[in-house]
Amino acid sequence: MSIDSQWDTPLQIAGRRFASRLLVGTGKYRDLEETGAAVEASGAEIVTVAVRRSNIGQNPDEPNLLDVISPERYTILPNTAGCYNARDAVRTCQLARELLDGHDLVKLEVLGNDHTLYPNVMETISAARTLVEDGFDVMVYTSDDPIVAAELESMGCCAVMPLGSLIGSGHGLLNPHALSLIIDNARVPILVDAGIGTPSDAAMAMELGCDGVLVNSAIAHARQPVLMARAMKKAVEAGRDARLAERMGRKTYAASPSSPTEGLFTG
Amino acid sequence: MQLYINGEARRVEQIDSVADLIASLDLAGRRIAVEVNEAIVPRTRHTTTTLNEGDRVEIVHAIGGG
Repeated sequence: MSIDSQWDTPLQIAGRRFASRLLVGTGKYRDLEETGAAVEASGAEIVTVAVRRSNIGQNPDEPNLLDVISPERYTILPNTAGCYNARDAVRTCQLARELLDGHDLVKLEVLGNDHTLYPNVMETISAARTLVEDGFDVMVYTSDDPIVAAELESMGCCAVMPLGSLIGSGHGLLNPHALSLIIDNARVPILVDAGIGTPSDAAMAMELGCDGVLVNSAIAHARQPVLMARAMKKAVEAGRDARLAERMGRKTYAASPSSPTEGLFTG
Repeated sequence: MQLYINGEARRVEQIDSVADLIASLDLAGRRIAVEVNEAIVPRTRHTTTTLNEGDRVEIVHAIGGG
């Protein structure tokens, strides 16, 4: 039995099982070669993509993302980034399902405005309702409000993904207490999506008890994205193991030396 | 006939079906999805779905995103 199967169970989302708890995005890379190398180094099995207008003959030889990030190898998670209302988000998911031959796992995000990219939870809830009814497995990006998270879970979303801080900001986890409230009350996987700036943020999310984290900018905008992808992989694994191991208690004064106090030969 | 393809007005000749249009744009066999007038046209119906004057066609693909 490996140490992993002895202590941990795979991440389960909508009946699918994943060994990696790091999900990665594919935006903001210099080119597709770098995207592919970083995704590979991250060990991620779930990889997000965006859905946009195809170029119509301007550049017919343009390489396709899905040739690099193959749907046969990775679980592709199409997002609704850029949608500001429920209707556009639902339409995007329907196009993604057609694009990916009936694949029904989606990342729903409905944004409030373009300078914060903060989620519009009213539109998010409306879109989630329609998508769940239409048979989609909805992983939903939302605020760190525990009541909203519980509502999205009760509506049938298969995973809830609160922000750590604003998308692309790299500010890390600004309200770990709110994330803990969400985690403690959830029966579906909770993944921090947005805000992770560096591997210690990802480790912290996992130590809080998140089931996974989704990272894009922190890898893509590192000076060496492939190396950072590997660092994120290690951080998520370390944070997960630390959560399962259960950390020592914090002590205010009772300093306790790690080396024995008996048998000292210095008197 | 005039179509609006990905928001662009384009005149096309000898195009009857969605499949004809895709072929004329060198997109045959690519991983794309197609909508006509905001209704998805499944891959299996590309050859049987005809296009008409003024139709709004969206052709999308997957690109990098987070």
